[in-house]
Amino acid sequence: MLTILFDGIAYGMLLFILAVGLAVTMGLMNFINLAHGAFAMAGGYITVLLMQRLDVPFLVCLPLAFIGAALLGAVLERTLYRPLYHKPHLDQVLFSIGLTFMAVAATDYFMGSTQQIIQLPSFLRGRTELGSGNWILGMGHYRLFIIAVCAALTVALQLVLARTRFGSRLRASVDDQRVAAGLGINVNVVFLTTFAFGSGLAGLGGALGAEVLGLDPIFPLKFMIYFLIVVAVGGTSSITGPLLAALLLGIADVSGKYYIPKLGAFIVYCLMILILVWRPQGLFVRRGGRP
Amino acid sequence: MKSESRFQQSPSPAQQSLLSSRRWRPWEPLLWLAAFALPLLLPAHAFIVNEIAIVALFAISLDMVLGYTGIVSLGHAAFFGMGAYTAALFAKHVMPDPIVGLAVGIAAATVLGAIFSLTIQRGSDLTRLMVTLGAALILLELANKLDWLTGGADGLQGVVMGPLLGRFEFDLSGRTAAWYSLTLLLVLFFLARRLVNSPLGATLKAIRDNRLRAMAIGIPVGSRLSVSYTVAAAMAGAAGALQAQTTGFASLDVFEFQRSADVMLILVVGGTGWLYGGVAGAIVFKLMQDFLSAITPQYWTFWLGLFLVVLVLVGRERLIRPWTWFANGRKT
Amino acid sequence: MNAIASSQTVLRATGLVKRFGGIMATSHVSLQLQKGARHALIGPNGAGKTTLVNLLTGVLDASEGQIALEGHDITHLSPHQRVRRGLVRTFQINQLFDSLTPLETLALTVSLDQGVGAKWWQPLGARRAVAERCDQLLEQFHLTSVKDQPTRVLAYGKRRLLEIAIALACEPRVLLLDEPVAGVPAGEREELLRTVANLPAEVSVLLI
Repeated sequence: MLTILFDGIAYGMLLFILAVGLAVTMGLMNFINLAHGAFAMAGGYITVLLMQRLDVPFLVCLPLAFIGAALLGAVLERTLYRPLYHKPHLDQVLFSIGLTFMAVAATDYFMGSTQQIIQLPSFLRGRTELGSGNWILGMGHYRLFIIAVCAALTVALQLVLARTRFGSRLRASVDDQRVAAGLGINVNVVFLTTFAFGSGLAGLGGALGAEVLGLDPIFPLKFMIYFLIVVAVGGTSSITGPLLAALLLGIADVSGKYYIPKLGAFIVYCLMILILVWRPQGLFVRRGGRP
Repeated sequence: MKSESRFQQSPSPAQQSLLSSRRWRPWEPLLWLAAFALPLLLPAHAFIVNEIAIVALFAISLDMVLGYTGIVSLGHAAFFGMGAYTAALFAKHVMPDPIVGLAVGIAAATVLGAIFSLTIQRGSDLTRLMVTLGAALILLELANKLDWLTGGADGLQGVVMGPLLGRFEFDLSGRTAAWYSLTLLLVLFFLARRLVNSPLGATLKAIRDNRLRAMAIGIPVGSRLSVSYTVAAAMAGAAGALQAQTTGFASLDVFEFQRSADVMLILVVGGTGWLYGGVAGAIVFKLMQDFLSAITPQYWTFWLGLFLVVLVLVGRERLIRPWTWFANGRKT
Repeated sequence: MNAIASSQTVLRATGLVKRFGGIMATSHVSLQLQKGARHALIGPNGAGKTTLVNLLTGVLDASEGQIALEGHDITHLSPHQRVRRGLVRTFQINQLFDSLTPLETLALTVSLDQGVGAKWWQPLGARRAVAERCDQLLEQFHLTSVKDQPTRVLAYGKRRLLEIAIALACEPRVLLLDEPVAGVPAGEREELLRTVANLPAEVSVLLI
């Protein structure tokens, strides 16, 4: 059981890193971006290509995946997303679905539709077991690595938001865009940087997650619902909300699939609907936050 | 007393304006006549006429929630699929009569719609999106897991329909199917038209345009949302039932996200808030799909995606479609 | 003011409190509105006037306090239920239905008031009583010339008139007018204020 918990936490942290960019951009730009998963997929495929074609070591690929996805995000934000911020949500949904379809089909065309396999470096394979009997905690080293990296990133994110000037500009823009602009904050730059950063994180998550979640052209469609769950349940007014939501989702999904495999993901969806009906603004939102 | 005064006194100016904008235009009966004549005139294409009618009905059902009430739903396929599987199972295990099966399929979808309508009443656009998406995904999972009932990934096969009204066999030419679907489309279109032109329809449009003001004039927003969603579910269920009955087959793709996304695209292309939008979009989409699939069978979703991106960037309102401009002038 | 009817209190609020997190936007406000009265609620920007209106109409839930309309406790009624009982408001920033015409908007509102808002088979204009009331309101608010244009294309002055006309179409017993002449050109203000002054005597008006 502890192993399930451990695996669930690893899964949850991974989901958090994947989805945090989406949560922040949704809170910041009020833009429903269903194509977020495409950036994660980009990071994953960049890693695969670098490892397979250029023999780049796995650990080096990770920051490169981040940078690649971030660049892609920056370019797309400036060119395609920016004109659409004030459009109705329906238009944003249609646009991002269209972008996703394009990404999926293009990836299928160029990379084929099979699952991509990543060869992990040998020190990340393997497993340590603690405890005995019912309380065995089996920790796969790779999952430990994921937890460590994601935890470090989370702490870094909190610090950036709370302690840096950029962080306060970001928080101001989320709270009230017009006032922030009136105070001289360059909202466009904040948007661009945040979007790029969020996409970069998604790319990193895609690279990290390729081994655990699988990587194929339909990745954005398969996992879109999970990212959206993290954002909808966790709320967009903080990053601890999505973190908790992601952990909850990760643990629920892993335990659900283990204990009641017949129902699998069904439990997660039902849980999500119940939560959203009970608390439409998300589970972890401050009262009085922007709806 | 009301009907007396309508005939004895001349209509007030307000009445004249309101009623005239809701009358049937002269081109409409012609359009429907032409549609019904198609299976006769182009017998080789009867099947595609059938498909287009079904898709149009599905799109109109989405228009009810999206175009007229303003609910962004990404899971409308849930009701389509519910209607399809119920009708298929009914024909296979209970009785092969099409009309009864259709009624059962519609009933099942309606009940499902009423239940799910409780989930869409509160929350932001994102919440509603999630909840509707989740609904469709739950049904997909259920259909997948309950494979002893639904045939799972292989789908439900061997659905043989009895003759329509006891007389018209569903033959290989597809003509019976086409006329069956077209008739149902016309009937439901007519009912939908009465609904959107009625006071109830006006309350839905009010909710779409300004929910705050809708509340402030006494509209019970929650229950109206439920009504709209349930009616839309019933219509989608009808479309699904037709699909299962005319193709003799029901598979998991009736619940898939692709289907919900496609119908949204169809409606947007044809124009929301205008019942003929579903029809126009269905015709364009089906013809485009046939055309593009013949050229790039595997990657046609790329072009679909590109089309969507361009459509939104250019602006949905500026789509070059004369009849969309026409409808904008007097939006029903 | 009608001295004979004014012995009745139509709207009474007691001890209304509204807190947003740590901020107390409304602090123990009580008010009484007599039948047929014409009152004004004045205060500087940010004093919480619109919050008070939102509390009275149910858009916001009160943290504490009671509200009674014509003797009935409406503290826990939803906004649309309060409207049905005759508590109607207008908005400082026009809240209109952009895709509907003024005629359709008024027809809808009158239909709701006359209890036929849920009819789905008959067209919106079928009832004579509804149509006649619409004609009256359009006349009264000088909207007849624009009655068939979608609201989004109307000039600001007309939109403001429609804003008030909608409230009147609800046949209010208590009318809360939130800055009715805000943004209205000077020439049309007189007209608007005269219309407000000419409201039926039984209607109680609170101007904000």
